[in-house]
Amino acid sequence: MAELMELNYTVSNEDFTRAGEASSDVKKKLKQLGVSPEAIRKVAIALYEGEINMIIHAYGGKIKVTISEEAITLILADKGPGIADVEKAMQAGYSTAPDKVRSLGFGAGMGLPNMKKNSDSMEIQTELGVGTTVTMVINI
Amino acid sequence: MTVNDIIEILDATPIAGKDRLDNEVKTACGSDMMSDVLAFAKTQCVLLTGLCNPQVIRTAEMMDIVAIIFVRGKTPDETMIKMADEMELPILTTNHRMFSSCGLLYEHGLTGGIIDG
Repeated sequence: MAELMELNYTVSNEDFTRAGEASSDVKKKLKQLGVSPEAIRKVAIALYEGEINMIIHAYGGKIKVTISEEAITLILADKGPGIADVEKAMQAGYSTAPDKVRSLGFGAGMGLPNMKKNSDSMEIQTELGVGTTVTMVINI
Repeated sequence: MTVNDIIEILDATPIAGKDRLDNEVKTACGSDMMSDVLAFAKTQCVLLTGLCNPQVIRTAEMMDIVAIIFVRGKTPDETMIKMADEMELPILTTNHRMFSSCGLLYEHGLTGGIIDG
């Protein structure tokens, strides 16, 4: 699978108002590359949800986006607390986000299910106290 | 329906993205919870919300929202207006409350789209 482009971002948890800057940049680049609007929408939603999650739960992290002719791969890696119960976290409506996050409009427990819904495959590797890596593939 | 029609129906004031007020609107989504907007909003949709922070603009960007309507007279700050102008995303503000705003648009033929899943 020939790789066309690789993009790397560092997500900082210092300023919640800046959440989504990486997703915004990826979206613009995919548009320039002429990727279909449907695929761009999926990537934008999945990546933005992931970016928000990293800021809410994991003190930020790193994002790697690989674009090939067949697919877009999103790898979100953090050194956060890890996910205690992945099965529960995947249930729509289940959330461990604090009230402060809910007052900002997030933390409804829709993030991970929505990431899965918008990707063709999603894999979560997590270890308590070590961190979480989410890999999503969106076919184009 | 266009964004201009919504301005008239809701007696709203445009405050950003003023070059895009003839954009076509097919559906609407009313929520203060951006998580739900990201999970449920349809294409060519306007977002009605009483939540007023930069993540509302980001969410709209990711979802290709046609316009944001801030209800209950909420007014975005300079940062949000600048973000929206850069994205050419219309922002309106209306003094109507959420329920009345949704009701007025529904009365004029705008719906929330088909329920899936």
